[in-house]
Amino acid sequence: MNETLIEARRLSRDFPAGGGKTIHAVSEVSLQIREGEILGLVGESGCGKSTLGRLLIRALASTSGEVLYRGRSLTGLPEKDFRPLRRRMQLVFQDPWSSLDPRMSVRDLIAEPLETWRICGSRAETTKRVTELMRAVGLPEEFLYRYPHQFSGGQRQRIGIARAIAAEPEFIVCDEPVSALDVSVQNQILNLLKELRTERKLTYLLISHNLSVVRCLSDRVCVMYLGNVCEIGPAEEIYRHPRHPYTRFLLDAVPVPDPRRRGEEVPLLQGDPPSPAHPPEGCPFHTRCPFAEERCAREKPALRPDGEVQVACLKPLPGREDSGRS
Amino acid sequence: MEQINLEVSHLTVTISADRGKIIPVNDVSLRIPAGKIVGIVGESGCGKSMTARAVIGLIRSPGRVTGGSVRLGDRELTGLPPKERRRLMGSEISMVFQEPMSSLNPVMKVGRQVEEALLQHGVCSRKEAKERVLEMFRAVEIPEPETRYESYPHQLSGGLRQRVMIAMAMVCRPRILIADEPTTALDVTVEAQILRLLRQLRDQGTGLLVISHNLGVIAQLCDWVYVMYAGRIVESAPAEELFERPLHPYTRGLFRSVLSLEEGPDTLETIPGVVPSLYHLPEGCSFSLRCPRCEALCEREMPELRELTPGHAVRCRPVEKEALHE
Repeated sequence: MNETLIEARRLSRDFPAGGGKTIHAVSEVSLQIREGEILGLVGESGCGKSTLGRLLIRALASTSGEVLYRGRSLTGLPEKDFRPLRRRMQLVFQDPWSSLDPRMSVRDLIAEPLETWRICGSRAETTKRVTELMRAVGLPEEFLYRYPHQFSGGQRQRIGIARAIAAEPEFIVCDEPVSALDVSVQNQILNLLKELRTERKLTYLLISHNLSVVRCLSDRVCVMYLGNVCEIGPAEEIYRHPRHPYTRFLLDAVPVPDPRRRGEEVPLLQGDPPSPAHPPEGCPFHTRCPFAEERCAREKPALRPDGEVQVACLKPLPGREDSGRS
Repeated sequence: MEQINLEVSHLTVTISADRGKIIPVNDVSLRIPAGKIVGIVGESGCGKSMTARAVIGLIRSPGRVTGGSVRLGDRELTGLPPKERRRLMGSEISMVFQEPMSSLNPVMKVGRQVEEALLQHGVCSRKEAKERVLEMFRAVEIPEPETRYESYPHQLSGGLRQRVMIAMAMVCRPRILIADEPTTALDVTVEAQILRLLRQLRDQGTGLLVISHNLGVIAQLCDWVYVMYAGRIVESAPAEELFERPLHPYTRGLFRSVLSLEEGPDTLETIPGVVPSLYHLPEGCSFSLRCPRCEALCEREMPELRELTPGHAVRCRPVEKEALHE
């Protein structure tokens, strides 16, 4: 098994909300990402997945807890010692419309990280490297001096990916990389991410609300609810045998693209998640969980191993007979 | 309730801009029977939302309905004087938009906003109105309707806001409800709740037109599906038939691109290229540039939409030829 590239230890982040309230966006999350793997991070809006992604690459400071990169703590590391590591961790954003400066040409957009990190000696060398990167992400070289508005969403996302890999990172946080794209283009970008991972030996954290996107790329999957990890384990195992009730509801809610299986009576989760400003006592999911018992309201379950996965539930679900939902 | 259908024939919308003239909705005909859900599926810019807006008369300058008709029963809706149109909109035809936050008034209690729809149309007295609104809130499963009546939009979750929008659209009991990407802004567990609600409306006799890019949503809801590409309908069929036997190369590509919750292939299926800009459409079939079955004639002439088997129509010359030889 590959060694751990990045690790979170009891990582938390609070945000002040109005009226002296505090939002616990991420609460004491511990997880490990191994070198070369793709860890999918799923959960619904407001569950803390984007915040966690930013905490891991120190794009956001944690309130408590620790992040380790190759066993070395990033937390409390002075900026000048962190700087060489910063280059190894990059972010691909969701919205290819707002994440690119409209006044910069493709050449300058992709050259920016090269110049920041002084990767190339001369201007000519930089431009040469930019064209190499464009080729790597499937952008024709003749687009070198075009501007973002002249590109489609998929092409813009390719520019964003070229910027991310320009700094020669080891770890990339992809935050909803295909959510803004059309179905026919989405797969082109997912294929590109897969290819780049193999060619450049990259490690990804793939954040998405889309369970199918996460399934087709991830080696392991982590499910979050209200700032907490529900379960984490091999993708195949999580999807085939969800142990946390929330994971099962999430999977069952995905609309199946088959009219013959229309309106199949799947149990639906009622209501909405509680506000992260007032998380419930005990298990964060107990207020909506049909299997909750009295002790779930009192005791917050820790992540415990169950087979190949780790699950934070006092009474994990057994495997189900009809695990063939697709 | 008397069964009245909505009949759209040869509807055409033209936008004249400095860059030239485009036709985002080109000769679109569709039928929404009472008690059925009809879907339009397609990618961004294919004209599906514009079609919905044209049906309800919400095309703004520089766009204009330049041809075709929209009939509700025996009444023609295109070219109605604004006052008469407003009387019909809301009481006979209603619309639910994708983003509930931008369609609700942020400084008005949601209960009053829904009530306004009733009072505008003179359906009942103010005294009676509140009771009807609460009844509608219960019908769309808004918990604690009395409390929610007094809430402002920002105090509600995305799912609740969408329920308020549906309540507002349905409170005057329209015959036809148009829903433009009704679940796209929602989380998957909430989406499942809204899909169930829309099915209930159908079962009560409302005719629904649902616009979506999500084939899972389309499969779970629709009785009949129209596929749009670059402003035109390229295929239409009963939902089960379409999902079982998609004929148009674009529909086939779209269906193959859908990701499942199972482990995917190493390389995901894609449709090469991008959706063409309406300003630069190819001369013949709009899909010809991306089509694996493109023939010489396809590049010169736009094929007709032809019914190949009862109820299943497709706009593709190679597919049509093949069907004739079978």
